[in-house]
Amino acid sequence: MLKSTFKLIRKEQMNWFKKTAGLSIVAGLTAVSGFCTETINGAGASFPEPVYRVWTYNFQKATGTRINYQSVGSGAGINQIKSKTVDFGATDNPLKLEELEKNGLMQFPMLMGGVVIVVNVPGVEINQLKLDGETVGNIFLGNIKNWNDQAIAKLNPELKLPDLPVTVVHRSDSSGTTWIFTDYLAKVSAGWKKDVGCDKSVKWPVGIGGQKNPGVCNNVEKVKGSIGYVEYTYALESKLPTVMLKNCDGNFVKPEISTFQAAGANADWQNAPAFYMELNDQPGKDSWPITGATFILIYKNQENKAKAEAMLKYFKWCFTEGAQSATNLKYVPIPETVFNLVKSAWDKSVVADGKPVNYKSEE
Amino acid sequence: MENSKKQLISPDAADQLFKITTAVCALLAAVVMLGFFIQLFWSSIPAIKTFGLDFLTSSEWDPVKNLYGAMPAIAGTLVTTAIAVVIAVPLSFIVAMFLVETAPPALSHTLSHAIDLLAAIPSIIYGMWGLFIFVPFMQNQVQPFLANTLHLKVIPLFAGEYNGFGFLTSGIILAVMILPFICAVMRDVFRMVPPVLKESAFGAGATSWEVTLDITMRYGARGLLGAIFLGLGRAVGETMAVLFVIGNVQKMPTSLYQAGTTISATLANNFAEAQGVFRSALFELGLILLVISFLIQVLAQFWLNRVSRQMGEK
Repeated sequence: MLKSTFKLIRKEQMNWFKKTAGLSIVAGLTAVSGFCTETINGAGASFPEPVYRVWTYNFQKATGTRINYQSVGSGAGINQIKSKTVDFGATDNPLKLEELEKNGLMQFPMLMGGVVIVVNVPGVEINQLKLDGETVGNIFLGNIKNWNDQAIAKLNPELKLPDLPVTVVHRSDSSGTTWIFTDYLAKVSAGWKKDVGCDKSVKWPVGIGGQKNPGVCNNVEKVKGSIGYVEYTYALESKLPTVMLKNCDGNFVKPEISTFQAAGANADWQNAPAFYMELNDQPGKDSWPITGATFILIYKNQENKAKAEAMLKYFKWCFTEGAQSATNLKYVPIPETVFNLVKSAWDKSVVADGKPVNYKSEE
Repeated sequence: MENSKKQLISPDAADQLFKITTAVCALLAAVVMLGFFIQLFWSSIPAIKTFGLDFLTSSEWDPVKNLYGAMPAIAGTLVTTAIAVVIAVPLSFIVAMFLVETAPPALSHTLSHAIDLLAAIPSIIYGMWGLFIFVPFMQNQVQPFLANTLHLKVIPLFAGEYNGFGFLTSGIILAVMILPFICAVMRDVFRMVPPVLKESAFGAGATSWEVTLDITMRYGARGLLGAIFLGLGRAVGETMAVLFVIGNVQKMPTSLYQAGTTISATLANNFAEAQGVFRSALFELGLILLVISFLIQVLAQFWLNRVSRQMGEK
């Protein structure tokens, strides 16, 4: 009885072993075939994720090169490129030149986009409410507690605002979108700059937190009297009313692709060391005041030449062929003049096997 | 054919092998537990060095200045757990009582299954339901009712602005989540009471309530306490459901209507992006959560032993 049981067990084990061996051979083959076409891994910012998803899909269809992009957040993207677990990192808050130099990294802008303010106030429709930087700062600082506050009423004489407490909704996770938004607040509100400051997550004086962009949308949708900030695409998807903002030139502007473009057009990339650029509160009569760029981080010294070539070809493709799909998704592609600056930066600093990386021709 | 095969190992050796394998597997549990403690402690050393004991008492949470304190998260964890237990324990008790003592067998059977199914719902579902259905319900019905109609707003516990999110909402959702666990154990405990004990009490003229209080509860005290601790342990570490409805702000609780955070929610929110001291502070929070859970276990064991000793003496 016992013997036969053991035999049975051994037989089972043999079967199991055969199966596993078979599986591992299959796995091995897949790994080998993976070397034939390059797979490039990237991770980071979630702000441009909708565009990156379309780009990687289209690029693979066009060239066969596989790009894996994980939208794990800007901070995680920086961590992962520093620990070399990915081939490129993506971040919404640019790194300073010193930090790049220390880690042997280079940085270039990939896309621009707008962060918008959404509200849930009864009687307020899309782009009806007008706010200026000072007032937004005071709302997020908790100084303005009710929608019938004088400061808001003064900017909106034609609107009848209800007696309703203001609920601020912010991101609960650390995020590049928060970095862009708090950088804006720090620029336009002295109180914010002094008390809170700018970072991927900050000490929020008031409000409730939501997980990622969709979490903020959900919370704003559920709470009457709430105000929050999200990346523009998410505001469009959730159909929440956006708010007009007073820009640097004193005009009230609507959040839309043309005003984001206007903000991007006025930026002086030529004189930005390591492409370090904050696009918030840019001059120009149509500039949307909360605009941000999102950046790619790669190593200057590439260890794998074939991979480096494929990667730069991909980025070149994104700047040129990919521009239209970015516009379709309401992001602002990098203008050609800036792309030329990026190209000369690649030529100057990215090397593989001691030679510049050839991303131009197909061969 | 099979019989002609030589045995690779003798049955005795196989027996020995079996013993060793089981021992290793059992030891592995202890090693993993110890490993968790060591790893968490190791990773929290930078935060311990930076903040010292102040970490436990400080309510500062400022990523810009890199200052972190665990107090709001610890307090939030304890407050939500307390609300959950206060609501879930009496409710489970009543439900279990009904199922065992008064419900017709067919109904009891169906309801038991329904409660067991409640336990099988993943916590993310509770979170989504909480955000989409329960939060607006709290904001528009429950909170105004408690604050204005019942005039509870004179008590600081129910004072302040409300928007549906916060400790009370989280506590109630946690209560619903731990109820099936507590209820299932209580039900089994009640069923284990020998019928002869209850029948003799009824025979002596005791009412249902007296039988419950003096016979069932006393007989099953150990099991009932065990049930409560089971629920407690689950509520302390629950993450997803709380994350959706607590509001996620690092503030000390002053009112049940206020938004706050718990240890597990803080970890879930910040881990992906944390670096340096921030990351280490999160590890220390994880260590604190592990210690709290551990303390609950120890306390439960201690209490159970005491209760059973008392019962033995009587």
